[in-house]
Amino acid sequence: MADRRLEAPGRFTGFSPLNFALLVALGAVVLASMGKVAPSPQQLVDGVPGMVNLVGRMLPPNTEPAFLARIGLRILETFQIALVGAAIGILLSLPIAWCAARGVSPLGRGNVVVKAFISFLRTVPDLVWALIFVASIGLGAVAGTMTIVVDTIGFCGRFFAEAMEDAEKEPQEALSAIGAGRGSILVGAILPDIMPSLINSSLFALEKAVRSSVVLGLVGAGGIGQELKVAFDLFQYRNASMIILAIFAIVLLMELCTDKLRARIQ
Amino acid sequence: MLLQIDTLTKSYAGPDGPTEVLRGISLSLAAGETMALTGESGSGKSTLLHLVGGLDTADSGSIRLDGQEVTRLDDTGRAALRRGTVGVVFQQFNLIPSLSVAANISFQARLAGRADQARADRLAEALGLTAHLAKYPEQLSGGQQQRVAIARTLAAQPRLVLADEPTGNLDEATAAVVIEEMLALVHETGAALMMVTHSPALAARAQRRLHLRQGRLE
Repeated sequence: MADRRLEAPGRFTGFSPLNFALLVALGAVVLASMGKVAPSPQQLVDGVPGMVNLVGRMLPPNTEPAFLARIGLRILETFQIALVGAAIGILLSLPIAWCAARGVSPLGRGNVVVKAFISFLRTVPDLVWALIFVASIGLGAVAGTMTIVVDTIGFCGRFFAEAMEDAEKEPQEALSAIGAGRGSILVGAILPDIMPSLINSSLFALEKAVRSSVVLGLVGAGGIGQELKVAFDLFQYRNASMIILAIFAIVLLMELCTDKLRARIQ
Repeated sequence: MLLQIDTLTKSYAGPDGPTEVLRGISLSLAAGETMALTGESGSGKSTLLHLVGGLDTADSGSIRLDGQEVTRLDDTGRAALRRGTVGVVFQQFNLIPSLSVAANISFQARLAGRADQARADRLAEALGLTAHLAKYPEQLSGGQQQRVAIARTLAAQPRLVLADEPTGNLDEATAAVVIEEMLALVHETGAALMMVTHSPALAARAQRRLHLRQGRLE
Protein backbone atom coordinates (compact mmCIF):
# COMPACT_ATOMS: atom_id res chain seq x y z
CA MET A 1 0.00 0.00 0.00
CA ALA A 2 1.31 3.46 -0.89
CA ASP A 3 2.51 5.64 1.97
CA ARG A 4 0.03 8.52 2.17
CA ARG A 5 2.77 10.88 3.40
CA LEU A 6 4.57 10.52 0.05
CA GLU A 7 1.52 11.44 -2.01
CA ALA A 8 1.72 14.84 -3.72
CA PRO A 9 -0.80 17.38 -2.44
CA GLY A 10 -3.71 18.38 -4.66
CA ARG A 11 -2.65 20.93 -7.27
CA PHE A 12 -4.37 23.79 -9.01
CA THR A 13 -5.30 22.51 -12.46
CA GLY A 14 -6.88 25.59 -14.03
CA PHE A 15 -10.35 27.09 -14.37
CA SER A 16 -13.35 25.83 -16.23
CA PRO A 17 -14.49 28.36 -18.91
CA LEU A 18 -17.50 29.29 -16.75
CA ASN A 19 -15.40 29.88 -13.62
CA PHE A 20 -12.88 31.90 -15.67
CA ALA A 21 -15.70 34.11 -17.06
CA LEU A 22 -17.11 34.61 -13.54
CA LEU A 23 -13.67 35.52 -12.20
CA VAL A 24 -13.13 38.07 -14.97
CA ALA A 25 -16.58 39.58 -14.32
CA LEU A 26 -15.87 39.80 -10.57
CA GLY A 27 -12.48 41.46 -11.24
CA ALA A 28 -14.18 44.01 -13.53
CA VAL A 29 -16.77 44.85 -10.84
CA VAL A 30 -14.03 45.32 -8.20
CA LEU A 31 -11.97 47.57 -10.51
CA ALA A 32 -15.01 49.65 -11.50
CA SER A 33 -15.97 50.06 -7.83
CA MET A 34 -12.41 51.03 -6.84
CA GLY A 35 -12.52 53.89 -9.34
CA LYS A 36 -15.58 55.27 -7.54
CA VAL A 37 -14.96 54.69 -3.82
CA ALA A 38 -11.31 53.71 -3.14
CA PRO A 39 -8.97 56.52 -2.02
CA SER A 40 -6.36 57.62 -4.56
CA PRO A 41 -2.68 57.71 -3.43
CA GLN A 42 -2.85 61.53 -3.71
CA GLN A 43 -5.87 61.64 -1.37
CA LEU A 44 -4.03 59.44 1.14
CA VAL A 45 -0.95 61.67 1.06
CA ASP A 46 -3.09 64.82 1.37
CA GLY A 47 -4.94 63.29 4.33
CA VAL A 48 -1.81 62.67 6.43
CA PRO A 49 -1.36 66.25 7.72
CA GLY A 50 -5.07 66.39 8.66
CA MET A 51 -4.77 63.08 10.52
CA VAL A 52 -1.60 64.20 12.34
CA ASN A 53 -3.35 67.45 13.27
CA LEU A 54 -6.43 65.58 14.60
CA VAL A 55 -4.31 63.15 16.65
CA GLY A 56 -2.37 66.13 18.04
CA ARG A 57 -5.62 67.77 19.15
CA MET A 58 -6.77 64.50 20.76
CA LEU A 59 -3.69 64.30 23.02
CA PRO A 60 -3.47 64.14 25.91
CA PRO A 61 -6.85 62.52 26.64
CA ASN A 62 -8.98 64.51 29.07
CA THR A 63 -8.54 63.12 32.60
CA GLU A 64 -10.39 65.78 34.57
CA PRO A 65 -12.16 64.08 37.52
CA ALA A 66 -15.55 65.61 36.72
CA PHE A 67 -15.35 64.41 33.11
CA LEU A 68 -14.13 60.95 34.17
CA ALA A 69 -17.03 60.69 36.62
CA ARG A 70 -19.50 61.51 33.82
CA ILE A 71 -17.84 58.97 31.51
CA GLY A 72 -17.94 56.39 34.31
CA LEU A 73 -21.72 56.80 34.58
CA ARG A 74 -22.10 56.47 30.81
CA ILE A 75 -19.97 53.31 30.80
CA LEU A 76 -22.15 51.87 33.52
CA GLU A 77 -25.23 52.70 31.43
CA THR A 78 -23.59 51.06 28.39
CA PHE A 79 -23.00 47.87 30.39
CA GLN A 80 -26.57 47.95 31.65
CA ILE A 81 -27.93 48.29 28.10
CA ALA A 82 -25.75 45.40 26.91
CA LEU A 83 -26.45 43.15 29.88
CA VAL A 84 -30.21 43.67 30.15
CA GLY A 85 -30.68 43.65 26.34
CA ALA A 86 -28.62 40.47 25.92
CA ALA A 87 -30.31 38.71 28.88
CA ILE A 88 -33.83 39.45 27.61
CA GLY A 89 -32.78 38.62 24.04
CA ILE A 90 -31.26 35.27 25.05
CA LEU A 91 -34.34 34.31 27.08
CA LEU A 92 -36.70 35.21 24.23
CA SER A 93 -34.45 33.42 21.72
CA LEU A 94 -35.06 30.04 23.37
CA PRO A 95 -38.81 29.71 22.59
CA ILE A 96 -38.37 31.47 19.23
CA ALA A 97 -35.55 29.11 18.23
CA TRP A 98 -37.64 26.13 19.37
CA CYS A 99 -40.46 27.25 17.04
CA ALA A 100 -37.93 27.73 14.22
CA ALA A 101 -36.00 24.45 14.54
CA ARG A 102 -36.76 21.90 11.83
CA GLY A 103 -38.05 18.56 13.14
CA VAL A 104 -38.37 19.92 16.68
CA SER A 105 -40.71 22.87 16.31
CA PRO A 106 -44.20 22.60 17.85
CA LEU A 107 -45.41 24.45 14.74
CA GLY A 108 -44.38 21.61 12.41
CA ARG A 109 -43.67 23.00 8.95
CA GLY A 110 -44.71 26.45 10.16
CA ASN A 111 -41.13 26.67 11.44
CA VAL A 112 -40.07 28.31 8.15
CA VAL A 113 -42.13 31.41 9.02
CA VAL A 114 -40.31 31.78 12.34
CA LYS A 115 -36.96 31.15 10.60
CA ALA A 116 -37.76 33.92 8.13
CA PHE A 117 -38.66 36.23 11.04
CA ILE A 118 -35.29 35.54 12.72
CA SER A 119 -33.48 36.16 9.41
CA PHE A 120 -35.29 39.49 9.08
CA LEU A 121 -34.21 40.54 12.60
CA ARG A 122 -30.63 39.57 11.79
CA THR A 123 -30.50 41.20 8.37
CA VAL A 124 -31.47 44.70 9.52
CA PRO A 125 -28.31 46.34 11.03
CA ASP A 126 -28.38 47.29 14.71
CA LEU A 127 -27.99 51.02 13.99
CA VAL A 128 -31.14 50.87 11.84
CA TRP A 129 -33.01 49.13 14.70
CA ALA A 130 -31.71 51.86 17.02
CA LEU A 131 -33.06 54.57 14.68
CA ILE A 132 -36.43 52.79 14.61
CA PHE A 133 -36.61 52.51 18.42
CA VAL A 134 -35.40 56.08 18.99
CA ALA A 135 -38.14 57.25 16.61
CA SER A 136 -40.81 55.12 18.30
CA ILE A 137 -39.80 55.06 22.00
CA GLY A 138 -37.71 58.21 22.19
CA LEU A 139 -34.07 59.09 22.87
CA GLY A 140 -32.18 57.23 25.61
CA ALA A 141 -31.13 53.92 27.06
CA VAL A 142 -34.48 52.11 26.64
CA ALA A 143 -34.22 52.42 22.86
CA GLY A 144 -30.69 51.02 23.13
CA THR A 145 -31.86 48.08 25.24
CA MET A 146 -34.65 47.29 22.77
CA THR A 147 -32.12 47.37 19.94
CA ILE A 148 -29.88 44.88 21.73
CA VAL A 149 -32.88 42.61 22.46
CA VAL A 150 -33.83 42.46 18.77
CA ASP A 151 -30.22 42.09 17.62
CA THR A 152 -29.64 39.26 20.13
CA ILE A 153 -32.76 37.40 19.00
CA GLY A 154 -31.53 37.62 15.40
CA PHE A 155 -28.15 36.19 16.45
CA CYS A 156 -29.06 33.66 19.15
CA GLY A 157 -32.33 32.61 17.47
CA ARG A 158 -30.40 31.28 14.52
CA PHE A 159 -27.64 29.52 16.48
CA PHE A 160 -30.01 28.09 19.10
CA ALA A 161 -32.29 26.72 16.35
CA GLU A 162 -29.33 25.12 14.54
CA ALA A 163 -28.14 23.55 17.79
CA MET A 164 -31.64 22.17 18.46
CA GLU A 165 -31.80 20.68 14.96
CA ASP A 166 -28.40 19.01 15.46
CA ALA A 167 -29.19 17.68 18.96
CA GLU A 168 -28.79 13.93 19.44
CA LYS A 169 -31.85 12.09 18.20
CA GLU A 170 -31.70 9.00 20.45
CA PRO A 171 -32.80 10.68 23.71
CA GLN A 172 -35.56 12.49 21.79
CA GLU A 173 -36.82 9.21 20.36
CA ALA A 174 -36.62 7.64 23.81
CA LEU A 175 -38.82 10.36 25.27
CA SER A 176 -41.22 10.32 22.33
CA ALA A 177 -41.61 6.56 22.74
CA ILE A 178 -42.83 6.94 26.31
CA GLY A 179 -45.37 9.55 25.34
CA ALA A 180 -43.50 12.75 26.14
CA GLY A 181 -44.87 15.85 24.42
CA ARG A 182 -42.69 18.27 22.44
CA GLY A 183 -42.18 20.45 25.52
CA SER A 184 -40.94 17.54 27.61
CA ILE A 185 -38.65 16.43 24.76
CA LEU A 186 -37.19 19.94 24.63
CA VAL A 187 -36.56 20.08 28.38
CA GLY A 188 -35.62 16.41 28.90
CA ALA A 189 -33.51 15.67 25.84
CA ILE A 190 -32.65 18.65 23.65
CA LEU A 191 -31.63 21.32 26.18
CA PRO A 192 -29.35 19.03 28.25
CA ASP A 193 -27.61 17.94 25.03
CA ILE A 194 -27.04 21.43 23.61
CA MET A 195 -26.39 23.35 26.84
CA PRO A 196 -22.65 23.95 26.14
CA SER A 197 -23.52 25.28 22.68
CA LEU A 198 -26.25 27.53 24.13
CA ILE A 199 -23.86 28.97 26.72
CA ASN A 200 -21.19 29.54 24.07
CA SER A 201 -23.59 31.35 21.73
CA SER A 202 -24.93 33.39 24.66
CA LEU A 203 -21.42 34.53 25.59
CA PHE A 204 -20.78 35.60 21.98
CA ALA A 205 -24.12 37.44 22.05
CA LEU A 206 -23.06 39.26 25.22
CA GLU A 207 -19.75 40.27 23.62
CA LYS A 208 -21.60 41.45 20.53
CA ALA A 209 -24.08 43.36 22.71
CA VAL A 210 -21.27 45.25 24.46
CA ARG A 211 -19.69 46.18 21.10
CA SER A 212 -23.07 47.28 19.72
CA SER A 213 -24.09 49.23 22.82
CA VAL A 214 -21.02 51.49 22.64
CA VAL A 215 -22.04 52.80 19.20
CA LEU A 216 -25.83 52.97 19.65
CA GLY A 217 -25.46 56.34 21.35
CA LEU A 218 -24.34 57.79 18.00
CA VAL A 219 -28.01 57.73 16.96
CA GLY A 220 -29.34 58.72 20.38
CA ALA A 221 -29.95 55.30 21.91
CA GLY A 222 -28.06 55.91 25.16
CA GLY A 223 -24.69 54.78 26.49
CA ILE A 224 -21.14 56.01 25.99
CA GLY A 225 -21.63 56.49 22.22
CA GLN A 226 -23.81 59.50 22.96
CA GLU A 227 -20.86 61.20 24.74
CA LEU A 228 -18.59 60.38 21.79
CA LYS A 229 -20.98 62.02 19.34
CA VAL A 230 -21.24 65.13 21.52
CA ALA A 231 -17.42 65.31 21.83
CA PHE A 232 -16.94 65.18 18.01
CA ASP A 233 -19.87 67.53 17.32
CA LEU A 234 -18.36 70.13 19.71
CA PHE A 235 -14.76 69.52 18.49
CA GLN A 236 -13.77 68.36 22.03
CA TYR A 237 -11.16 65.95 20.69
CA ARG A 238 -9.39 65.38 24.05
CA ASN A 239 -12.74 64.21 25.42
CA ALA A 240 -13.21 62.00 22.34
CA SER A 241 -9.82 60.31 22.79
CA MET A 242 -10.61 59.53 26.44
CA ILE A 243 -13.97 58.04 25.42
CA ILE A 244 -12.32 55.92 22.68
CA LEU A 245 -9.84 54.60 25.28
CA ALA A 246 -12.74 53.82 27.64
CA ILE A 247 -14.60 51.96 24.86
CA PHE A 248 -11.45 49.98 24.06
CA ALA A 249 -11.08 49.10 27.75
CA ILE A 250 -14.66 47.86 28.23
CA VAL A 251 -14.70 45.81 25.01
CA LEU A 252 -11.34 44.26 25.90
CA LEU A 253 -12.48 43.56 29.47
CA MET A 254 -15.67 41.89 28.22
CA GLU A 255 -13.73 39.73 25.73
CA LEU A 256 -11.30 38.64 28.44
CA CYS A 257 -14.18 37.70 30.76
CA THR A 258 -16.12 35.76 28.12
CA ASP A 259 -12.92 34.01 26.91
CA LYS A 260 -12.28 32.83 30.47
CA LEU A 261 -15.84 31.65 30.90
CA ARG A 262 -15.74 29.86 27.55
CA ALA A 263 -12.48 28.12 28.47
CA ARG A 264 -14.06 26.96 31.74
CA ILE A 265 -17.10 25.54 29.96
CA GLN A 266 -14.99 23.70 27.39
CA MET B 1 -61.35 -7.34 25.24
CA LEU B 2 -58.42 -4.99 25.91
CA LEU B 3 -57.08 -4.98 22.35
CA GLN B 4 -59.03 -5.71 19.16
CA ILE B 5 -57.28 -5.44 15.77
CA ASP B 6 -59.26 -5.81 12.54
CA THR B 7 -57.94 -6.15 8.96
CA LEU B 8 -54.96 -3.92 9.63
CA THR B 9 -52.74 -3.01 6.66
CA LYS B 10 -49.52 -1.06 6.37
CA SER B 11 -47.15 -0.45 3.48
CA TYR B 12 -43.98 1.55 3.04
CA ALA B 13 -42.73 3.35 -0.05
CA GLY B 14 -39.80 1.52 -1.65
CA PRO B 15 -37.66 2.08 -4.74
CA ASP B 16 -39.91 -0.33 -6.74
CA GLY B 17 -43.21 1.04 -5.43
CA PRO B 18 -45.00 0.44 -2.11
CA THR B 19 -44.07 -2.65 -0.09
CA GLU B 20 -46.93 -4.22 1.85
CA VAL B 21 -45.70 -5.06 5.34
CA LEU B 22 -49.01 -5.97 7.00
CA ARG B 23 -51.80 -7.52 4.88
CA GLY B 24 -55.03 -7.58 6.82
CA ILE B 25 -54.04 -8.56 10.37
CA SER B 26 -56.87 -9.38 12.82
CA LEU B 27 -56.33 -10.46 16.40
CA SER B 28 -57.45 -9.78 19.94
CA LEU B 29 -55.83 -9.74 23.37
CA ALA B 30 -57.57 -9.91 26.73
CA ALA B 31 -56.51 -7.99 29.84
CA GLY B 32 -53.79 -9.88 31.71
CA GLU B 33 -53.04 -12.14 28.73
CA THR B 34 -49.52 -12.64 27.36
CA MET B 35 -48.87 -13.13 23.65
CA ALA B 36 -45.69 -13.74 21.65
CA LEU B 37 -45.37 -12.68 18.02
CA THR B 38 -42.79 -14.61 16.06
CA GLY B 39 -41.71 -14.55 12.44
CA GLU B 40 -38.82 -13.99 10.07
CA SER B 41 -37.11 -10.60 9.80
CA GLY B 42 -39.31 -8.33 7.69
CA SER B 43 -42.48 -10.30 8.40
CA GLY B 44 -44.09 -7.22 10.00
CA LYS B 45 -43.82 -8.09 13.73
CA SER B 46 -42.24 -4.82 14.84
CA THR B 47 -44.46 -2.79 12.50
CA LEU B 48 -47.54 -4.34 14.12
CA LEU B 49 -46.19 -3.51 17.56
CA HIS B 50 -45.42 0.08 16.55
CA LEU B 51 -48.94 0.55 15.15
CA VAL B 52 -50.53 -0.73 18.36
CA GLY B 53 -48.26 1.56 20.42
CA GLY B 54 -49.08 4.60 18.28
CA LEU B 55 -45.48 4.93 17.16
CA ASP B 56 -46.60 4.72 13.53
CA THR B 57 -49.87 5.05 11.62
CA ALA B 58 -51.80 2.33 9.74
CA ASP B 59 -52.97 2.57 6.11
CA SER B 60 -56.33 0.95 6.84
CA GLY B 61 -58.09 -1.27 9.38
CA SER B 62 -58.86 -0.75 13.02
CA ILE B 63 -56.96 -0.95 16.34
CA ARG B 64 -59.26 -0.68 19.33
CA LEU B 65 -57.32 -0.42 22.57
CA ASP B 66 -59.02 0.00 25.95
CA GLY B 67 -62.10 1.44 24.23
CA GLN B 68 -60.10 3.89 22.09
CA GLU B 69 -59.72 3.76 18.28
CA VAL B 70 -55.96 4.21 17.92
CA THR B 71 -56.04 4.73 14.13
CA ARG B 72 -58.09 7.92 14.55
CA LEU B 73 -55.72 9.57 17.04
CA ASP B 74 -53.58 12.53 16.04
CA ASP B 75 -49.97 13.08 17.20
CA THR B 76 -51.02 14.41 20.59
CA GLY B 77 -53.54 11.60 21.11
CA ARG B 78 -50.94 8.95 20.24
CA ALA B 79 -48.44 10.55 22.65
CA ALA B 80 -51.13 10.44 25.37
CA LEU B 81 -51.73 6.75 24.54
CA ARG B 82 -48.00 5.99 24.94
CA ARG B 83 -47.94 7.90 28.23
CA GLY B 84 -51.02 6.41 29.80
CA THR B 85 -52.26 3.16 28.30
CA VAL B 86 -49.28 1.36 26.78
CA GLY B 87 -45.68 0.90 27.85
CA VAL B 88 -43.04 -0.06 25.31
CA VAL B 89 -39.85 -2.02 26.07
CA PHE B 90 -37.38 -1.67 23.19
CA GLN B 91 -34.46 -3.82 22.10
CA GLN B 92 -32.24 -0.70 22.28
CA PHE B 93 -33.51 0.14 25.82
CA ASN B 94 -34.21 3.81 24.86
CA LEU B 95 -33.20 5.20 28.24
CA ILE B 96 -32.66 8.93 28.70
CA PRO B 97 -28.89 9.45 29.05
CA SER B 98 -29.11 12.74 30.97
CA LEU B 99 -31.25 11.21 33.74
CA SER B 100 -30.16 8.93 36.58
CA VAL B 101 -31.55 5.40 36.85
CA ALA B 102 -34.01 6.54 39.55
CA ALA B 103 -35.24 9.43 37.38
CA ASN B 104 -35.48 7.17 34.32
CA ILE B 105 -37.64 4.70 36.24
CA SER B 106 -40.10 7.32 37.46
CA PHE B 107 -40.12 9.51 34.33
CA GLN B 108 -42.92 7.82 32.37
CA ALA B 109 -45.08 7.49 35.51
CA ARG B 110 -44.63 11.22 36.13
CA LEU B 111 -45.60 11.98 32.52
CA ALA B 112 -48.69 9.79 32.94
CA GLY B 113 -49.59 11.56 36.20
CA ARG B 114 -49.14 8.33 38.19
CA ALA B 115 -45.93 9.06 40.08
CA ASP B 116 -45.66 6.55 42.94
CA GLN B 117 -42.25 6.49 44.61
CA ALA B 118 -43.04 3.39 46.69
CA ARG B 119 -43.98 1.46 43.56
CA ALA B 120 -40.84 2.66 41.73
CA ASP B 121 -38.72 1.55 44.70
CA ARG B 122 -40.42 -1.88 44.79
CA LEU B 123 -39.80 -2.39 41.07
CA ALA B 124 -36.17 -1.30 41.41
CA GLU B 125 -35.72 -3.79 44.25
CA ALA B 126 -37.45 -6.62 42.36
CA LEU B 127 -35.19 -6.04 39.36
CA GLY B 128 -31.99 -5.73 41.45
CA LEU B 129 -31.47 -2.06 40.67
CA THR B 130 -31.48 -0.55 44.17
CA ALA B 131 -27.69 -0.22 44.28
CA HIS B 132 -27.65 1.52 40.87
CA LEU B 133 -30.32 4.19 41.35
CA ALA B 134 -27.85 7.10 41.42
CA LYS B 135 -25.95 5.89 38.35
CA TYR B 136 -26.53 6.95 34.74
CA PRO B 137 -27.48 4.56 31.91
CA GLU B 138 -23.98 4.62 30.36
CA GLN B 139 -22.58 3.22 33.64
CA LEU B 140 -24.76 0.08 33.44
CA SER B 141 -24.42 -3.21 31.56
CA GLY B 142 -26.91 -4.10 28.80
CA GLY B 143 -28.87 -6.39 31.12
CA GLN B 144 -29.09 -3.70 33.78
CA GLN B 145 -30.22 -1.11 31.22
CA GLN B 146 -33.00 -3.42 30.03
CA ARG B 147 -34.09 -3.95 33.65
CA VAL B 148 -34.32 -0.15 34.02
CA ALA B 149 -36.43 0.02 30.84
CA ILE B 150 -38.75 -2.67 32.20
CA ALA B 151 -39.03 -0.90 35.58
CA ARG B 152 -39.78 2.38 33.80
CA THR B 153 -42.55 0.77 31.77
CA LEU B 154 -44.19 -1.00 34.70
CA ALA B 155 -43.86 1.99 37.06
CA ALA B 156 -46.31 3.85 34.79
CA GLN B 157 -48.89 1.04 35.33
CA PRO B 158 -49.80 0.55 31.65
CA ARG B 159 -52.77 -1.61 30.64
CA LEU B 160 -50.71 -3.11 27.82
CA VAL B 161 -46.95 -3.76 27.71
CA LEU B 162 -45.41 -3.97 24.23
CA ALA B 163 -41.95 -5.55 24.12
CA ASP B 164 -39.95 -5.41 20.88
CA GLU B 165 -37.19 -8.03 21.04
CA PRO B 166 -36.67 -7.15 24.73
CA THR B 167 -33.73 -9.51 25.09
CA GLY B 168 -32.28 -9.05 21.59
CA ASN B 169 -29.23 -7.22 22.92
CA LEU B 170 -28.56 -9.51 25.87
CA ASP B 171 -26.60 -12.72 26.25
CA GLU B 172 -28.60 -15.93 26.72
CA ALA B 173 -28.21 -16.24 30.50
CA THR B 174 -29.04 -12.58 31.16
CA ALA B 175 -31.95 -12.75 28.72
CA ALA B 176 -33.48 -15.69 30.58
CA VAL B 177 -33.28 -13.90 33.93
CA VAL B 178 -34.59 -10.58 32.58
CA ILE B 179 -37.53 -12.19 30.79
CA GLU B 180 -38.42 -14.21 33.88
CA GLU B 181 -38.51 -11.03 35.92
CA MET B 182 -40.51 -9.17 33.28
CA LEU B 183 -43.18 -11.89 32.97
CA ALA B 184 -43.53 -12.14 36.75
CA LEU B 185 -43.95 -8.37 37.13
CA VAL B 186 -46.38 -8.11 34.19
CA HIS B 187 -48.44 -10.91 35.77
CA GLU B 188 -48.33 -9.20 39.16
CA THR B 189 -49.56 -5.86 37.76
CA GLY B 190 -52.37 -7.45 35.73
CA ALA B 191 -51.18 -5.86 32.48
CA ALA B 192 -51.42 -7.62 29.12
CA LEU B 193 -48.21 -8.32 27.23
CA MET B 194 -47.55 -8.43 23.49
CA MET B 195 -43.97 -9.43 22.80
CA VAL B 196 -42.05 -9.66 19.54
CA THR B 197 -39.28 -12.23 19.58
CA HIS B 198 -37.13 -14.41 17.38
CA SER B 199 -36.55 -16.85 20.19
CA PRO B 200 -38.80 -19.96 20.30
CA ALA B 201 -37.82 -20.49 23.95
CA LEU B 202 -38.95 -17.00 24.85
CA ALA B 203 -42.16 -17.34 22.82
CA ALA B 204 -42.95 -20.54 24.68
CA ARG B 205 -43.20 -18.55 27.90
CA ALA B 206 -46.25 -16.62 26.63
CA GLN B 207 -49.84 -17.89 26.95
CA ARG B 208 -50.47 -17.41 23.22
CA ARG B 209 -48.11 -17.59 20.25
CA LEU B 210 -48.82 -16.12 16.85
CA HIS B 211 -46.59 -16.47 13.82
CA LEU B 212 -46.37 -13.81 11.11
CA ARG B 213 -45.27 -14.65 7.58
CA GLN B 214 -45.04 -11.96 4.91
CA GLY B 215 -47.49 -9.68 6.67
CA ARG B 216 -50.14 -12.35 7.42
CA LEU B 217 -50.90 -14.35 10.56
CA GLU B 218 -50.52 -18.11 10.27
